[in-house]
Amino acid sequence: MDQRRVDPRGALVRPYAVTRGRTEPRQDIALEAVLTASPTQVAESRFAGHDKHRIATVCEGRAQSLAEIAAYTRMPLGVARVLVADMVTESLLTLHTAAPAEGFEERMELLGRVLSGLRRL
Amino acid sequence: MDFAGYDPAGGRPGRGIVSAKIVVAGGFGVGKTTLVGAISEITPLTTEALMTAAGVGIDDPSKVPGKETTTVAMDFGRITMAQDLILYLFGTPGQTRFWFMWDEIIRGAVGAAVLVDTRRITDAFAPLDYFENRNLPYVVALNRFDGAPQYEAEEVREALAISSQVPLVMTDARHRDSVKQVLVTVVEHAMLRLQSEHGRGFPTPVG
Ligand SMILES: Nc1nc2c(ncn2[C@@H]2O[C@H](COP(=O)(O)OP(=O)(O)O)[C@@H](O)[C@H]2O)c(=O)[nH]1
Ligand SMILES: [Mg+2]
Repeated sequence: MDQRRVDPRGALVRPYAVTRGRTEPRQDIALEAVLTASPTQVAESRFAGHDKHRIATVCEGRAQSLAEIAAYTRMPLGVARVLVADMVTESLLTLHTAAPAEGFEERMELLGRVLSGLRRL
Repeated sequence: MDFAGYDPAGGRPGRGIVSAKIVVAGGFGVGKTTLVGAISEITPLTTEALMTAAGVGIDDPSKVPGKETTTVAMDFGRITMAQDLILYLFGTPGQTRFWFMWDEIIRGAVGAAVLVDTRRITDAFAPLDYFENRNLPYVVALNRFDGAPQYEAEEVREALAISSQVPLVMTDARHRDSVKQVLVTVVEHAMLRLQSEHGRGFPTPVG
């Protein structure tokens, strides 16, 4: 299974085989939404199958976005999204909020933090 | 490291690592990957989404028998700004037939930088139209290649038919400080836009 997904031909393999054909995620997760896995979650993910365990391992010790998870595991984005959404439901990953889209104050505060973060670089 | 939202018990909602993203658009070879790489803390990564040859976003190739599927790649970088704040930079595939990717990429974005190469100025039309249309705050960054014709900023503004409200900056996508300035301009512009729309009673854009 894994062997096939690191195949450089990538998407020529049947990518949704690992999701058992399911293409709709249980919840919509933004590209940049970050996820973390605690050591406990990583350990539990062993029982959830090879692909989910790989995802949990990627998120151990460092918060990773959905986009990063897809890139590091070499899964197409859609596949990674289905698996990640499952894992959030199963408490194998912790989902952190993406940028708050609503509320003027919150949005301004976030932009202000990003701005000063950039200036500090 | 980076574990502000670290939760040893697991499963509970995260204590909030917030992420934001800025979009980098422009035609093929204009310097998108170079720009992202100049400032990202990681070597730009690539992720792929499936699509049909016709350019329609699909999730299940088996639903379109006979249609050739292909992948479209987008690359992105990351800047960890604080324990609980990460900025991502997403380079969009240049062609407009990848609309569905763009919709996904801009959702919730702070804003965008459209890179322009003066030798191929028309390549910028599609992203400009698109961001205009989606009401996403954007700035135009003129990437001056060696040997490219050197136009005045105003000439470029006119050629691109962009309003005086849209910031236009010169950049060299290979240089970190220059890229930083482009991104600062995007965020400042987004804040100004948000503020003026708020002042005029517009609802906050959802991205
Ligand atoms: N002279 C010059 N070359 C650049 C600049 N930005 C990018 N390049 C070069 O242009 C080529 C294409 O850049 P790339 O980032 O791959 O373009 P992309 O297709 O938009 O991602 C590379 O060889 C870069 O080294 C720039 O600001 N000045
Ligand atoms: Mg590129």
